[in-house]
Order: sequence, then structure tokens, then C-alpha cells
Amino acid sequence: MIDLPLVWAFLIAFSVFMYVVMDGFDLGIGVLFPTFAVGGERDSAMNSIAPVWDGNETWLVLGGGGLFAAFPLAYAIVMPATYPLIIAMLLGLVFRGVAFEFRWRDSAHRGFWDLAFAGGSLVAALSQGMILGALLQGIAVEDRAYAGSWWDWLTPYTLLTGLGTVAGYALLGSTWLVWKLEGAAQDHARRMAVRAAWATIALMGAVSLYNVVLRPEYAERWLSMPDLLWAAPIPFVTGLLAIALLRALAQGREAAPFGCSLGLFLTGMAGLGVTIFPHIVPPSVTIWDAAAPERSQSFMLIGVAITMPLILAYTAWAYWVFRGKVDQDGYH
Amino acid sequence: MPDLDALLLARIQFAFTVSFHFIFPAFSIGLASYLMVLEGLWLKTGQQRYLDLFKFWLKIFAVAFAMGVVSGIVMSYQFGTNWAVFSDKAGPVIGPLMAYEVLTAFFLEAGFLGVMLFGMKKVGKRLHFAATCMVALGTFISAFWILSVNSWMHTPTGYEIAANGQFLPGPSWWDIVFNPSFPYRLLHTITAAYLTTAFVVGGVGAWHLLKDRTQPHARTMFSMAMWMAALVAPLQIVLGDLHGLNTLEHQPAKVMAMEGHYQSHPDGAPLILFGIPDSEAGTVRYAIEIPKASSLILKHDPDAPLDGLDTIPPEDHPPVGIVFWSFRIMVGIGMAMLALGMWSLFARWRGRLYESKGLHRAALVMAPSGFVAVLAGWITTEVGRQPWTIHGLLRTADSASPLDAPAVATSLAAFVVVYFAVFGAGVWYILRLMADGVQTGESGPSSGVAGPIRAAGITPAAQGMDAGDPREATETER
Repeated sequence: MIDLPLVWAFLIAFSVFMYVVMDGFDLGIGVLFPTFAVGGERDSAMNSIAPVWDGNETWLVLGGGGLFAAFPLAYAIVMPATYPLIIAMLLGLVFRGVAFEFRWRDSAHRGFWDLAFAGGSLVAALSQGMILGALLQGIAVEDRAYAGSWWDWLTPYTLLTGLGTVAGYALLGSTWLVWKLEGAAQDHARRMAVRAAWATIALMGAVSLYNVVLRPEYAERWLSMPDLLWAAPIPFVTGLLAIALLRALAQGREAAPFGCSLGLFLTGMAGLGVTIFPHIVPPSVTIWDAAAPERSQSFMLIGVAITMPLILAYTAWAYWVFRGKVDQDGYH
Repeated sequence: MPDLDALLLARIQFAFTVSFHFIFPAFSIGLASYLMVLEGLWLKTGQQRYLDLFKFWLKIFAVAFAMGVVSGIVMSYQFGTNWAVFSDKAGPVIGPLMAYEVLTAFFLEAGFLGVMLFGMKKVGKRLHFAATCMVALGTFISAFWILSVNSWMHTPTGYEIAANGQFLPGPSWWDIVFNPSFPYRLLHTITAAYLTTAFVVGGVGAWHLLKDRTQPHARTMFSMAMWMAALVAPLQIVLGDLHGLNTLEHQPAKVMAMEGHYQSHPDGAPLILFGIPDSEAGTVRYAIEIPKASSLILKHDPDAPLDGLDTIPPEDHPPVGIVFWSFRIMVGIGMAMLALGMWSLFARWRGRLYESKGLHRAALVMAPSGFVAVLAGWITTEVGRQPWTIHGLLRTADSASPLDAPAVATSLAAFVVVYFAVFGAGVWYILRLMADGVQTGESGPSSGVAGPIRAAGITPAAQGMDAGDPREATETER
């Protein structure tokens, strides 16, 4: 017998990971957008993600929709608990998303839509990081419903996770641009990537240390045997990737920095998985408590098994179509 | 349970955000299919005008689609933020259908949209056409799943109720997906989207015909749109009637509110054309009625008895005034659409389709009518379902999240300000693109030579073609 809630927990985690890295570089470019020169540099940066951002953002809908379908209780608790953050994220994504089209349609107000793109991306990134923090620090639940106040999500810890996410997205965005751009714009992206790399490494370290003291059960998962055995490699690999990233940037490599950044996010996600598992809403709701019945989860699993290979195939094809360097006139 | 103010605010917020959202898919479902037809005609005939029209409407589609996407993401999260109890209880049944929407529709649209917008030179004509078809198919599949979810909330079937109050799927998903109102709602809504788009296309064609009745692109657009109006408007009225009969069977209180039938009529109910519903007194004031016509329409027998709201407990009444009026707005526009379609047929028969200024002015006035009709229809069905979120089983008042009123008031204010500003700007850009008109002589992807050739008297492309947008660049580079 398959443990369906466990399978679905991995699928949701996969969606979240896909979203975080794919829209992460879009949002990161948004965060860094004001530092790029008006004109060619900004147009090139925008063109590098214009054909793919919508597909990237769809993983957020799958993450949210998947949570609703597979773990409705978790969805029903987390959304009200982080209400102002969710609303801020959604409004940020509104500004960010329309800016892709509007800046071309209205050259007189392009500066405004560039600002909307940057501001929307920053708000969305910060909110997403803080939602993650609010989840990890624990959510008060009574009688299948959120039982806290509507400011519980605002703590030093969530500010830290928010900043860490902004830095991490900026790292993904800048290393993506190192890969996709040429000339002065690429040089600028590389300088930004070095700063973002240091900020990301520092904030990842800070969040990791904070996690150990955040809740006693987290310390237990990280510091006691036998959990330690499969948790220990994660910080070790993270450290190696961080060194490889900084070296690749220093050596002027083009694709490797983005690859190392993806690796950092993967180990970061794995670390969070060790921290939170088996809860989906710490401290009281496990994945089995929140799971939809077997009929719901198995029905969806059939759909995932059929469609996910196709989705990954045509998404890869779309990326392949728009491979290579990009400039202000689009892809070559 | 949240207090009443928070509940009312949450309802207003949902109504506001879903109404705004619905405008965009109502347009992009039809427009995606129209783009598919235009590109297909171009591939088949090789005629430049179809490619020109395709590129013109593609720019508009891109703006509308972006607004649909960002306003749609808001909806997918708002179930949880504001309707957490509903989400927890209904999630096991409707959640999987929404997950299927993401898996089979959203990824399809988004994955191929980039190629559709930017990739014609990269992938060639045929693959590009395939991408356009995939986007169009995606919009349809999306409508399929979300209307199945919506219909299940109106006519729930195939579920079981667990000890903790959750709705669980029964043994057959078919019974859930194909619930009794779904086929009618799906056909009625898709057809409405096609009509909405047709009237927008017709209005844009009419605008340019009024300026220059020889303009070939305007002629093509207008002719295609008027065929749609003439053929699809009557079909839509038939589908609406069937949908209404289905509603009478499953949600009689909604039909009573639509009809303004506070009282039962044991020997034939009148059709109230107009009047002012007074729910306090339980009567329609100043009613203009056709005796027994309602029974004739709904029961196909003038003397058939029809129950009124007096047979429904007062706490289960929908708000009659809103439903009564929104229904009449929808039906009125449907009739006007039919009339315009017939007028166009007559003008076409007389060879005056491109000459009749009266027809063109009427088509221009009717351009936004589809949106009004779609929203009025939506209000009719959704308000008519009240006081339930899941009809007969879960009340709206028992569905909301445990949020404080100030939190919801703040978010509602933010949505109102942002939506009007952002989507107002987007609609303005769309109108400007429409007014600029079609750029003629745009080169196809494989012509390999020459920049744009512009006919005299056409607005130069520069206004809509800012350097840097890769879509524009494809026409001029190389």
C-alpha cells in the first residue's frame, strides 16, 4: 500500500521547489531591475524572461491548488493565518505580471511600469519568504481552524526568512542574467550576483541556526541520532556549493553560477524538509492529519502521472526554443 | 464563526475580484479560438490579411491574457484566505478538479503562450500554429474544469459526508464532474465567451469601417463577427432556455427570484416583463405581465402550476431584487444581440454589410455588450444560489474564514484601488491598440526579406511598436 499523503507531500514540495527556482529568477530580476540601466539593459533583462514567466508562475498555482486538493485542512489553516502576506503577495504579483506587457504598450509611462515590476517583485518575494517563516515558526490551531491573531506572522524570524528569500531570488535572477546576457549588462549582473551570493549564504546560515532554537522538535531533528545521519550531509553540501558558486563567479563562468544557485536552493529545500517533516502545519498538524481522503489523492495522482511528464516535456521545449543569449531585440 | 461585517466584506471582496477576473477569460477564451481560426486561414489561403489580423489581435490577446492570469491567481488563493471553512469541507471534492485545471489547462496555456507570442520565427509556421491551437485548447479545458467545480456547488452530486463535516468523493468521479447543471452551464458560458469576443471584434471592425468603409481588414473582421452574431446569438438563446429549465429542476428558488414569483400560481404563472420587486411585501410592484406565459416557457403548458417563493422557507430565499434585474439585463442584451445578427444578415443579403452606417454604429455601441451580459448572467446564477455556497448543504454564512473585519476591509480596499488602477490602465491600452488598427503588410516568418510595407493612410506602426519588444522586432529584423 502506497502512503499517499507522503507521496503528495513530496509532490507539493516538488511544485514549491519548481516555483521557487523558476519564478525565483523572474522575481529576482525584478528585485534587481532598478540597478540596470534604462534602455537596452532593462529591455534585455525583461526579454530574457518574457516568454517563460507565465509558465513559471503556474507552479505557484499548482502549489496552492495542490495544497487545497491534497491537504485541504493545511490550506484552510495557513491562508487565514498569513492573510496579509498572501494578499500582499497576490497584489505584488499583479503589478509584476502586467508590467511585462504594459511597459511595451506605454512608452510614456515605462518608468512607472518598471517601478511596478520591481516593487511588485520585491513585495512578492518578501511575502513568500515571510509566509515560509510564519509556517516554520508554528501556527496556532483549534478545532480545524486558525486560532491566532492576524499579526502572529510578524516576528524577527519571519523578517529574516523574508530577507533570505529576497536575497536568494536576487541570486537566482542575477546568475540567470549572467547566463543570458552579454557585454556590460552581463558584467553588471555578475557584480550583483557576487553581492547576492554573499547575502544569500549569510542569511541561509542565520535561518539555519535560528531553526535549531526556534522549536525544540526542530533541534531534535537536527541534533539527535539517527536523524543526524541523513541531515548532516545537507549543510556540508550547501557549504561546498557556496564555495563553488563564488569560484564560478570569480572565474567569469557563464552557466555554472546559475547551476550552483539552483543547487543551493535544492539543499535549502531539503534542509527545510528535515526541519518540518512530518508536520505540514507545525506544531500540531501532520501530513496525515491534513490529508484529503484516498479517493481524492489517488484520483489526482493519476492525473499527475499522465500530465507531469508532458508538462515537463513541453516546458523544456519552450525553454529550448528560447535558448541562448538575449538582447534588447529579443532572443537570437 | 466570523462576525457579520467580516462575512459581508468577504462576500463583497469575492464578488469584486471574481467579477473583474471573469471579464478577461470571457474575452480570451473566444479570442484564443479566433486567433486559431485566423492563423489557420492564413496557413490555408496564404492571404496576408489573415496574418495581419492575427498579429493585431495577438497583441491585444497578450495584454488581456496577462490580466487574466494575475487576477486568476488571486482567485485560486482566495478560497483559502477568505473561505477557509468551505475550503476545508469541500476541498476533497472540488480540490482535485481544480488541480486538474492547473495540470491540464494552465500549464498548457502558459507553456505554449511564450512560443505563440515570441516564437514564430524560431519554430516556423506549423509548429507556431500548433502552439496557438494548444493555447486555445487550454482556455477551453480551463473553462471545463472550473465550470465543473462551479456547477457542483450549484448541483452537488456524487459526494458523501464524513463525520467531521467534510464532503468526500463518492465511488464515482464521473458523478461529481458531470453533475446535473454542468453540461448546460459549460455550453452556455463558452458560447457567451464566443459571443462576447465576436461583438468586440465586430465593434472594432465597425469603428474602422466608419472611418473608411473600404479598409480590407476592417471588412474581414466585421464580416466574420457578424456571421458569429447571426449564427451564435440564436443558439445562445436556446442554450440559455435549456439552462433555465435545468435550474428550475434543481434550484427552483433561483428561478422564482428570476421570474419575480413571490406567490405560487396553481393555474398558470404570468411572465413578468418589468416591475419592481418588493421582498418585504412579497410582491412585484407596477408589474407588466403576460398572463400564463411563464408557465408556457418553463413548463410548455400555459395552465401548468408554478410554485412561488411562498413555498420556500424565508431563510432560504435568495435576494430577489438583484437576481430579477440582472436576469432581465442578460436577456435584454441577448435579444439585442440576436437583433443585430439578423440586421447584419439582412444587410449582407442586400449587399450593404460594409455600407450601412447604422449597422456599424449599432455594432460599435454593442461592442462591450457581451461583458455586461456575461456579468449579469453570472450575478443571476451566483446570487440566485444564495444563501448557500454548496446548494442546500453549506451556507455562505458558515463558509468563511475566522478573520477580523478590519483585515478583510483593508484587503478589499487594496483590491479595489489596485484593480481599478492596473486593469483600468490595461483596458485603456487595449482600447488604444484597437483604435490604432491593423498594421498592413507585416511579413510572415518565412518570407525572409524586407521590412514592413505600409499602405498609404494607415497609422504608422511606430506608436504601438516600441523598440525592444521582441514581437515587434521579428517583423523588421533580418
